[in-house]
Amino acid sequence: MKKLGGYSGFRILREGLTGNRGWRPAWRDPEPQPAYDFVIVGGGGHGLATAYYLASRYGEASVAVLEKGWIGGGNVGRNTTIIRSNYLLPGNEPFYEFSLKLWEGLEQDLNYNAMVSQRGVYNLYHSDGQRDAYRRRGNAMILHGADAELLDAAQLRAEMPFLNFDNGRFPIQGALVQRRGGTVRHDAVAWGYARGADRRGVDIIQNCEVTGFRIQNGRCIGVETNRGFIAARKVGCAVAGSSSRVMQAAGMRLPIESHVLQAFVSEGLKPVIPGVVTYGAGHFYISQSDKGGLVFGGDIDMYNSYAQRGNLPVVEDVCEGGMTLMPMIGRARMVRMWGGIMDMSMDGSPIIDHTPVDGLYFNGGWCYGGFKATPASGYCFAHLLATDTPHETATAFRLDRFRRGMMIDEKGSGAQPNLH
Amino acid sequence: MIIEHPLLGPRDSQEFTCLGDASLLQRPDAFAGDAADTFFDYQYLRDNPAGTHRELWYHEMGDRSWLVLTRDTRTHEILAVELASDVVTSGGRS
Repeated sequence: MKKLGGYSGFRILREGLTGNRGWRPAWRDPEPQPAYDFVIVGGGGHGLATAYYLASRYGEASVAVLEKGWIGGGNVGRNTTIIRSNYLLPGNEPFYEFSLKLWEGLEQDLNYNAMVSQRGVYNLYHSDGQRDAYRRRGNAMILHGADAELLDAAQLRAEMPFLNFDNGRFPIQGALVQRRGGTVRHDAVAWGYARGADRRGVDIIQNCEVTGFRIQNGRCIGVETNRGFIAARKVGCAVAGSSSRVMQAAGMRLPIESHVLQAFVSEGLKPVIPGVVTYGAGHFYISQSDKGGLVFGGDIDMYNSYAQRGNLPVVEDVCEGGMTLMPMIGRARMVRMWGGIMDMSMDGSPIIDHTPVDGLYFNGGWCYGGFKATPASGYCFAHLLATDTPHETATAFRLDRFRRGMMIDEKGSGAQPNLH
Repeated sequence: MIIEHPLLGPRDSQEFTCLGDASLLQRPDAFAGDAADTFFDYQYLRDNPAGTHRELWYHEMGDRSWLVLTRDTRTHEILAVELASDVVTSGGRS
């Protein structure tokens, strides 16, 4: 393999002085080999992270990532870039805290600037009951080694004076803050993992669509693709919104529905919103990108969709939420909106597990929380693929938990995917 | 999306809430021997197709009827709208 240079301040200086002629592609474009030890289906954030950790932590060199389009073209480039570990339940919180710790060391690990910015995530509360629920959640976070802080209205006002504190219907009483939460440049996450995996020998094969699984005597021995059969000792699927479609080819029906989630960005503005703010009484959350655009979103459209675009009622709902929470937002112009397909699970929590088919593993059901989970999802999936045992932080994410009644339902809304 | 309500004509989809796959109309027999399996399938597993999908919508802000929409999940095009009560009775149930 041709050695690709590392990135550093010195390198930028040197390239700058020599006409920037030394930069090379960050990853190769290899032809698929006839066989690999591990084939990862899906070149999104989770698939690339899985390949990276398989190679870097578990010493597995014979790994391929198959992507039907181009890497980073799905949800890893469509989310609103937020990272946090503010979950309540014991099945979830250790996993997300593990993920946040991986984010904190990600750039040094990858030698790639992913612009991890721990600017704080502020969940606003608007009633005494909500404050008590947030206090409970904050305590659960602290018990699992995460950070949490409960602010009252005066403390919050000092940090975010622009919020509409005295709203008649939903006055802002304060916020639960996780200061280690924040945002990450999402495309750089895909590219950084791709480059890191490639440098460790992983073949990233784009424009390679998996059309089926070859299963003999209950064991998956490889995948059929539009570029021919590729044999594999183990196959892992991390295909987010396409989970049901892909796993159907292996004869499986999943506890998942695909729904569309929209996101929006305004024109670039001077710095105005210091952290990530979520509205506790409406469907709205917002942060400001490093380019200055206000990045915001709300709830899913509520009906099954594979369209990667939503409809106007949710646009209206999100903008109403924004105007209620911070009326100043009405001065900004919205310039772009888009949609991504969420693999909404039956309890709002993900699945990282074996399937009933030997040698076939599944990673999905991330609902709209997949981005923050990217490092831990990749790490835990790599652990499962390499060792055939679940990672210690992901033991609850079993595929059969619905049959066993072991749901991880943060919201308590039951088997109704569009309510999670 | 505009939903052609069989009784009320074209209505904005904002007046409705979507429950999900119309297979929820076919509640399994709770007294059958395999009820644990059939109810697990019924409650938790979905076909989740990319393409034509039959699904239950509730006219919450309207006449409170339940409808069965046949809709393409790739384009959001609505292909057919029926009253859920008609679907159930034509399936042989009362």
